[in-house]
Amino acid sequence: MSSFLPRLRRLVFEHLDLPLLLIIVPLMAVGLLTVYSATYDANNRAFGQLVNMSVGIVVMWGVARVHPQHLMRFALPLYLVGVVLLTLVFFVGVRVNGAQRWLSLGFIRCQPSELLKIATPMALAWYFQKYETAIKIRHYALAFLMLLAPFALIAKQPDLGTSILVGAAGVYVIFFAGLPWKFIAGTLVAAVAASPFVWPLLHEFQRKRILILLDPTIDPFGAGYHIIQSTIAIGSGGGFGKGWLQGTQTHLEFIPERHTDFIFAVFSEEYGFLGAGVLILLYLLLIARCLMITINASTLFARLLGGAITLSFFTCAFVNIGMVSGVLPVVGVPLPFMSYGGTALVTLFCSLGIMMSIQTHRMLLKK
Amino acid sequence: MRQFIAQRLLSRRLTNIQNAEIDRFRFRVKCATAFVLLGFALLLSRLVYLQIARNDYYSTRAEDNRISLIPILPSRGTILDRNGEVLARNYSAFTLEITPALVENLEETIAELEKLVEIQPKDKRRFQRLVNEGRPFDSQPIRIRLTDEEIALFTVNRYRFHGVEVKARLFRHYPFGATASHVLGYLNRVNKADLEMIDEKEQSANYKGTSHIGKTGIEKAYEFHLHGETGYEEVEIDANGHPVRRLSSTPPVAGNDLTLTLDIRLQEVAEKAFGKRRGALVAIDPSTGEVLAFVSMPTFDLNLFDDGISQENWDRLNNSPDRPMINRVLNATYPPGSTFKPFMALAGLESGKRTPEYSFHDTGSFTIAGHTFRDQKKDGHGHVDLYKSIVQSCDTYYYILANEMGIDSIVRFMGRIGFGQRTGIDVEGESEGLLPSPEWKRRRFRRYELQRWFTGDTVSIGIGQGYNAYTPIQIAQAVAVLANDGALYRPRLVKDISDNRAGVKKSVAPELVRTMGWQQKNIDTVKRAMAGVNREGTAARAFLNAEYTSGGKTGTAQTFSLRGGDYRASRLREELRDHALYIAFAPEDKPRIALAVLVENSGFGGQSAAPLARKVLDHFFSARADAPTAAPAVVSETRAARRGL
Repeated sequence: MSSFLPRLRRLVFEHLDLPLLLIIVPLMAVGLLTVYSATYDANNRAFGQLVNMSVGIVVMWGVARVHPQHLMRFALPLYLVGVVLLTLVFFVGVRVNGAQRWLSLGFIRCQPSELLKIATPMALAWYFQKYETAIKIRHYALAFLMLLAPFALIAKQPDLGTSILVGAAGVYVIFFAGLPWKFIAGTLVAAVAASPFVWPLLHEFQRKRILILLDPTIDPFGAGYHIIQSTIAIGSGGGFGKGWLQGTQTHLEFIPERHTDFIFAVFSEEYGFLGAGVLILLYLLLIARCLMITINASTLFARLLGGAITLSFFTCAFVNIGMVSGVLPVVGVPLPFMSYGGTALVTLFCSLGIMMSIQTHRMLLKK
Repeated sequence: MRQFIAQRLLSRRLTNIQNAEIDRFRFRVKCATAFVLLGFALLLSRLVYLQIARNDYYSTRAEDNRISLIPILPSRGTILDRNGEVLARNYSAFTLEITPALVENLEETIAELEKLVEIQPKDKRRFQRLVNEGRPFDSQPIRIRLTDEEIALFTVNRYRFHGVEVKARLFRHYPFGATASHVLGYLNRVNKADLEMIDEKEQSANYKGTSHIGKTGIEKAYEFHLHGETGYEEVEIDANGHPVRRLSSTPPVAGNDLTLTLDIRLQEVAEKAFGKRRGALVAIDPSTGEVLAFVSMPTFDLNLFDDGISQENWDRLNNSPDRPMINRVLNATYPPGSTFKPFMALAGLESGKRTPEYSFHDTGSFTIAGHTFRDQKKDGHGHVDLYKSIVQSCDTYYYILANEMGIDSIVRFMGRIGFGQRTGIDVEGESEGLLPSPEWKRRRFRRYELQRWFTGDTVSIGIGQGYNAYTPIQIAQAVAVLANDGALYRPRLVKDISDNRAGVKKSVAPELVRTMGWQQKNIDTVKRAMAGVNREGTAARAFLNAEYTSGGKTGTAQTFSLRGGDYRASRLREELRDHALYIAFAPEDKPRIALAVLVENSGFGGQSAAPLARKVLDHFFSARADAPTAAPAVVSETRAARRGL
């Protein structure tokens, strides 16, 4: 008996990172409260979200126990499976709301693009690890090609939000792997120069979203409605907010997609600038802790993957808050720990698990 | 030793490169940190702008945010029969509705309302159920079909009732009540599965505000035709969310009207002929596949569903031992009994195993592999040829024929006619039936000794007994194929669709599934024998003095299976009785109607099923003989024109 409790404690906590836990617990609490408010008038989803989070935490705990070296072995297979599934989606996927994102396996539907959010940076990190100390320009070029396949397939679905997240995660790996600055500058210039050519490739609704960003009033009851209503919600929240369950924009149902992509509007209407500031501070702490883990990581693979995951957290939060507050075009990116949705949450916790794995296995090594 | 030094040097060089890489990595992390800080600073400055600097402006906008889009429901398409009789229509009625979220004490409010309008316990129960299912801001009806006096009374007292309103709602009404209930189907509240289906079909926007959806029959199969397009009203609302002033509106577009192939008068005659008996009847126009009558008995009153069926009625319908909710035409499967014989005869002729002239001496039984199969007639029918085998329904003839043909060629022939396959009729949920084969038996049973296919299995199928089981629509379709000389048209229920948006009426073209390629002389031989059945055979009494020529075949099915029902347990004794079957076409040459009748547990087909078919055919031909309107004349004209071609 005397040895049972310590052993149990070790089993549970051995690979969990306490600072990270201390940051995500308040984030989850705030997320639950906001989902509760956002779905208060319809069927309440707070409990469902709690279940999602619990599943996520178990996944995180499990992933954290896997040594980064073992993770690395899964990198390429996961990536290849993901790309094959994406190709299948392209041909035989299920259409929901005009986008072909789902793959029906008869009994269950899966969204392979979600897998690629992690598998892509993992595969790229594995690739650079393979050529550690001898990375040449051609390796960067090949890495870009490896990134292009999932990016293009997801963008084609169309799921611009996820493709941006996957693309960004891959670019971060390449950046941390040491892509020379002159290429970075060159790519940026090329991207700006190419934008007129990308424009015709975008879907009609995507073009519309960008135009609306410039002037939401061109379509006040159509696509501009989202942005107008969410900025009103945020702006009317003021310094201290209207209070929990008191947001008129939220509860008179002016904010669309309240519990998913636009949950930040609900949150900042009810908690004001103070709340939004605290939320951003929490994200900043999360990112800071993850960067610390990354910088101390013991292998190149761990450093690259850790860096990419950390910056992915940032991208997710930044793109979401940016679009809801009207500085970025509307793309479907959920707000980490806040937006309702099981799949995205599990992916998120899986990423956290990887961070914890990197941290805790390094510590054990030292011991 | 030198090797060791070389290795040390190499590893030191590698470590140096690694250290350089780590240094570069650290620098890049610093850059990333700057990137993150910059990003968050941008967001914070945007939030400062929105929430601090322009807070007044946005607060005012939020206050003024009183424009709301309210869906206006389209009126659902009407359903007509082939002669233009209205089978399903809408009527609007005033309802008294309560929005639970806006009422402080529901019970008190209802008690107060009761003093003004009559509210029955069943109204309260329904309201409670709707409240439990719905969302707090949905308004739910506490009373429907208010009288003018009640509306006036409530309106005067309206100030006392916050959150209570009189609303006009559309209700579905079926003028023929319980007639053709399985064809038409009913509406009920949109549930979770419906929502998913709507979402998948990308109709979510169009179904905002739609509370009821087709659940069975035509109402379900043609839901997206019938529904129409939801309109929108842009209204100014007050702080409580109540509309105050209309700003603009997009009118809804009514759903498409459907004209069915069904002849409701014929349907009525058929349903009446069943009386209290259970069973099914399908009548098809063989040259087009148009279903003229589609009877599943007992039926249920569709108008029970118009405002949400009460729990008692729902339970009563579902727990009745007669199982009225089962669509027997599509979902009950029965062995065809002797009605299978004409098809077996045709198979024999087509395969060359039999000629019309071939005859043998029937002694009343057939023995194979140590098992004796007996004829219904103990001493046998004497000399029997094909004509006599059908007219007198001789079993032995078909025991021997089936045995000679073998199961594989029987399955091939019957499968092409559509036995054991879904017909593809335009309503959902059809059962497949079962055309048994050795392969099926292997899959169906686990134990080896049950998996084996016996010669006896084949022999039983020769007279339509044994494992085989078909839906009445399949049997009717088979009769239609025979009547139509081997051209199989897909059975269907919808004749025209009037598109209310485009303002055009589109006819649904007959769909030729396949032609069998049978020899005409073989078809004629079988048809002649079936005409003999009605003239001098097992259905002669039922068709005495008929004013038209016809062909038919009686049948008796010894067992039955009603898949998915516990029907068996509840009515064991009556169930032991045989099912009566009868198939027919008329007139004898160029048939205009083909039908299949099944009466559950009522014995011999010639006694109970054939007279029922007689009534239906009598009506069919008399109604056309003295047709007062031009419509049937036009129909026969087009039919004649089609023949001419």
